[in-house]
Amino acid sequence: MTIPNDRIPPVFELREVEKVYQIKRPGRLFSRHKVGLHALDGVRLTIQPGASVALVGESGSGKSTLLRVLLGLTPPTQGLAYYKGRPVIAARAEGIDFARDVAMVYQDARGSLDPRMTVGAILAEALRHFRICTRDQEPARIADLLTRVGLPAEAAAGYPSALSGGQVRRVAIARALASNPTVLVADEAVSGLDVSTQAQLLNLLRKLRAEMGLTLVFITHDLGVASYLCDEIAIMYLGRIVETGPTNAVLTAPAHPYARALRRAAPEFFAPITDPLPGEIPSPLDLPKGCRFAGRCTLARDDCRATDPALMRLPQAQGRAAACLHPLTLMND
Amino acid sequence: MTAPLLQVQDLTLYRGSRKILDSVSLDLAPGETLALVGESGAGKSTISAALMGLVEGARVEGHARFDDVPDLIGLNEKGWSRLRGRRLSMVFQDAGAALNPCYTVGSQLATVLRRNMGLPRKQAHARAVELLESVGINDARARMQAYPHQLSGGMQQRVMVAIALACNPELLFADEPTSALDVTIQAQIVRLILDQTRAHGASCIFVLHDLALASQACDRIVVLYAGQVMESGRCDVVLADPRHPYTKLLKSCVVEIGTENLDPPEGGVPSYDALPQGCRFASRCPRAQDQCWASRPPLTESAGRMMACWNPEVAA
Repeated sequence: MTIPNDRIPPVFELREVEKVYQIKRPGRLFSRHKVGLHALDGVRLTIQPGASVALVGESGSGKSTLLRVLLGLTPPTQGLAYYKGRPVIAARAEGIDFARDVAMVYQDARGSLDPRMTVGAILAEALRHFRICTRDQEPARIADLLTRVGLPAEAAAGYPSALSGGQVRRVAIARALASNPTVLVADEAVSGLDVSTQAQLLNLLRKLRAEMGLTLVFITHDLGVASYLCDEIAIMYLGRIVETGPTNAVLTAPAHPYARALRRAAPEFFAPITDPLPGEIPSPLDLPKGCRFAGRCTLARDDCRATDPALMRLPQAQGRAAACLHPLTLMND
Repeated sequence: MTAPLLQVQDLTLYRGSRKILDSVSLDLAPGETLALVGESGAGKSTISAALMGLVEGARVEGHARFDDVPDLIGLNEKGWSRLRGRRLSMVFQDAGAALNPCYTVGSQLATVLRRNMGLPRKQAHARAVELLESVGINDARARMQAYPHQLSGGMQQRVMVAIALACNPELLFADEPTSALDVTIQAQIVRLILDQTRAHGASCIFVLHDLALASQACDRIVVLYAGQVMESGRCDVVLADPRHPYTKLLKSCVVEIGTENLDPPEGGVPSYDALPQGCRFASRCPRAQDQCWASRPPLTESAGRMMACWNPEVAA
């Protein structure tokens, strides 16, 4: 594909990405009949260099599948996924550069570190794999990485089991940074921590992003975290992106009823508990005919149950898009 | 004020030489909801476990009067079996692990009713269906036959709530009942627990780590640090204007939509072996003085709440 010279290609670009997994129908152990599970459908997403994007959604919304497509770990069934203007799968197949450039922080940080290796060995392994420096330079490099994530250089001698939850996350971040990446993809990197530890890590990620000019793709379920760390947000529901835009604009005045429901469900000091969204996310095996959210939407009308809305630009707000036939008016609510 | 339903005085719990809980005192009025908050290792869950008689291999001291039971501490198994599940019950954090995978949810619910309320089989079954309906499970009759793994996390937690409320307990413990669930389902479960306990006139103790949620769901709050009560009182007093440096720190670390800047202190909860003699928070406290390291501040009333601090924040 040719790229016009007047613009830098986006880091990631997804065009109408669809991912269908062929699975056995659950509950029929011996049946050979397979059915399609639509994990992603019609996903359009552009991530510009230096951007910070939060992917938000409940379990089953397709966040992890989207991540796998972005990282080229699985090809999309339909549609195109580009990394800096080239198909992701091709970029990945070409060699080590893609993995060096795009670093990942896994959700289960402790599980992602080998318990039999010292912290220093874990970091050295990444340095060697990506041929970042010579062996003599390694100790200095490791000390530098540890300081950068706010750990003492002596931590290199210890094992992951001796570290607290917050420290383990820092090591996982340090390892991701070992290859001097330009893109950091983090899956729930600050969830399940105490508030003070979480706040420390959020500040660390902000600092690293500013210092290294990282492009950040951050999966989270916490809207507060999304607003603190990311300028843009993409809210997912059942394999679709239902709303995107600048984080604070989307969260102060959501256009999609699901985005509003998420916003209202987030705990807020002294706010009365609002009526929760009824029902649960439906099974991706039998999707409703019209809008996927219609069954739980309090504002659904007849046409919502018949027509499936695509992600459309919102004319009255810059940079925002929503997949809703009757978007909410963009007033502070 | 009516007589408290639960009155805990100087609850202290040792594991070996470690003092996991240090003189925790709290009380709870009938129909009231109380939040126990603090970082991990603060002893929140240990308090609820001790008050349910679920701690083993630990030395427990202090007193806990519950309604007409003079002291829960030191109660024998026979005494506990009269209380647990009947007058005191608990919703656990991980419903998937708390429910028995080998039995249908209907039979687990009916067992509780038959054992604790002495209902005959048929009545127990009918009542179980009613209970499942009351916690918002559609098609309850069919769901009775479901095994826990066939239900979603939110549905499992609803079943847990139904089991916990089956015998109309006077006091319900909810230990992080929603932290494993998605946000919209979290809101449903919190709402369900509040509605159900209110309908039964029961009191509820929530173990939470989310201060914002505590302010929404609970009347009163107890802030714990390393097994000591730092500050306690009405949520709208304590959380609106925290005076204990620890409460203030916790609140300042909460990230909300639109939070511009966080300023968390470095470091974390010290290990139980390295705690200061006096106030356990002294090593992280920005306002600590010599006195704080040497002697433990007593829990006294000031500014409309109970507080244990030698050098509290002054009014904003």
